[in-house]
Amino acid sequence: MKPAPFDYYRPRSVAQACQLLAEAAGCAAVLAGGQTLMPLLALRMSQPLVIVDINKIDALTGVTGVSQGIRIGPVVRQNEIIANEVLRRSLPVLVSATRHVGHHQTRNRGTLGGSIALGEPAAELPAAAVALGAAIEVRSIRGTRRIPADEMYLAPYATALESDELITAIEFPDWPGHSVPLFREVARRPGDFALVGLVGMLTIESGRISRVGVTWFGMGPTPMKARRAEAALQGQSVAGLDIQGIAELAIVDTAAFDDRHASAEYRRTVGRRIFAQSLREALDVREAA
Amino acid sequence: MSEHRIELTLNGDRHQATVEGRKTLCDFLRADMGCTGVHIGCEHGVCGACTVIVDGLAVRSCLMLAVQVDGCEVTTVEGLTGSDGALHPVQQALRDEHGLQCGFCTPGIVMTLAALTQASGQTYADSLLEAMSGHVCRCTGYQGIRRAALELAASTEPNKA
Repeated sequence: MKPAPFDYYRPRSVAQACQLLAEAAGCAAVLAGGQTLMPLLALRMSQPLVIVDINKIDALTGVTGVSQGIRIGPVVRQNEIIANEVLRRSLPVLVSATRHVGHHQTRNRGTLGGSIALGEPAAELPAAAVALGAAIEVRSIRGTRRIPADEMYLAPYATALESDELITAIEFPDWPGHSVPLFREVARRPGDFALVGLVGMLTIESGRISRVGVTWFGMGPTPMKARRAEAALQGQSVAGLDIQGIAELAIVDTAAFDDRHASAEYRRTVGRRIFAQSLREALDVREAA
Repeated sequence: MSEHRIELTLNGDRHQATVEGRKTLCDFLRADMGCTGVHIGCEHGVCGACTVIVDGLAVRSCLMLAVQVDGCEVTTVEGLTGSDGALHPVQQALRDEHGLQCGFCTPGIVMTLAALTQASGQTYADSLLEAMSGHVCRCTGYQGIRRAALELAASTEPNKA
């Protein structure tokens, strides 16, 4: 048997799950879709004493409209996000990003909450949450709190989530219906982790950019918010926008690195290109509409 | 360490079993249930050889625990052929198009294609081909697999029915 021994629990309620996490005192792992946790267990890179399987907690499923936003349960499968009509209409960029997560077969199990909790630096969904201004609702026996996605990611696979806390929802704020998605990903093969990627949204009102959020993935130890580029775009008139200059600014907010897949210089070069491309495309789409 | 009593429907038959919490679904299906058509390749979710259908969806059986299929309906490649041994349409398509060589990756590919063609009734070529990106064939016989997928998509297209 490949995983090291553990006690397996399948609570039916959030309260029970939180109780189990508290009792395990840091020695538990939460099992959502398992598409990353299971290999870690099988390779014994992770050896929790307790597994808390949250797949049968009904309160952690479902996509619901809330005031000024959309609330998504952490156990909502990635393929459910892609098929969800409400999300396709209101958060198309989340749907585009999710299509790039793993493969069809892993998206049938893999969840939004699992990806958000893992904090893989090259993953699409944490970056989408940061870009769109999502909040992560977490609960423990100590209470409930909301972590802005922006403050969630500290280092590769290290998040602001405490060991006794469970994600109970991911809330995305409403964006105006005419907002335009920004999404690009460069990977060696479909389903591979991104070498470079960006995700975001842009709202244009009366010829000016009224709201913008853009975040890189695969470009540093965490999702990297393109703050300087956002500031340069905010409030600007669409006409005569210096797209190359803003793409240059966007690269400043990355921490591109060398690894066996690509050099830092390659990542920055591709990053500049895809940022300019997606921005140009977003402005064109807007003009055509 | 924990042991659990589970109940599942496997290839149409009800079964009860006792499993250790840490046992993966693929090990359970092969060792305890005798479904050796579940091929174990990479065991970390990359190759797709161990793909089975759980409650109608194609999933990696190396990335689930056996205890998680408690109450579920599981289909392996053993459950696809008719009682008279007739091939499932997916198997027939792979055979017609020479979509297999050594055959190691084949059961997983069969299960993904079977899940997608059964689920919708309308199967589009791009969704089938996209799903094939989740399988690795080390004989690199992808063109035959691709042709089989395209043939399946064509045969389920509404205007060609």
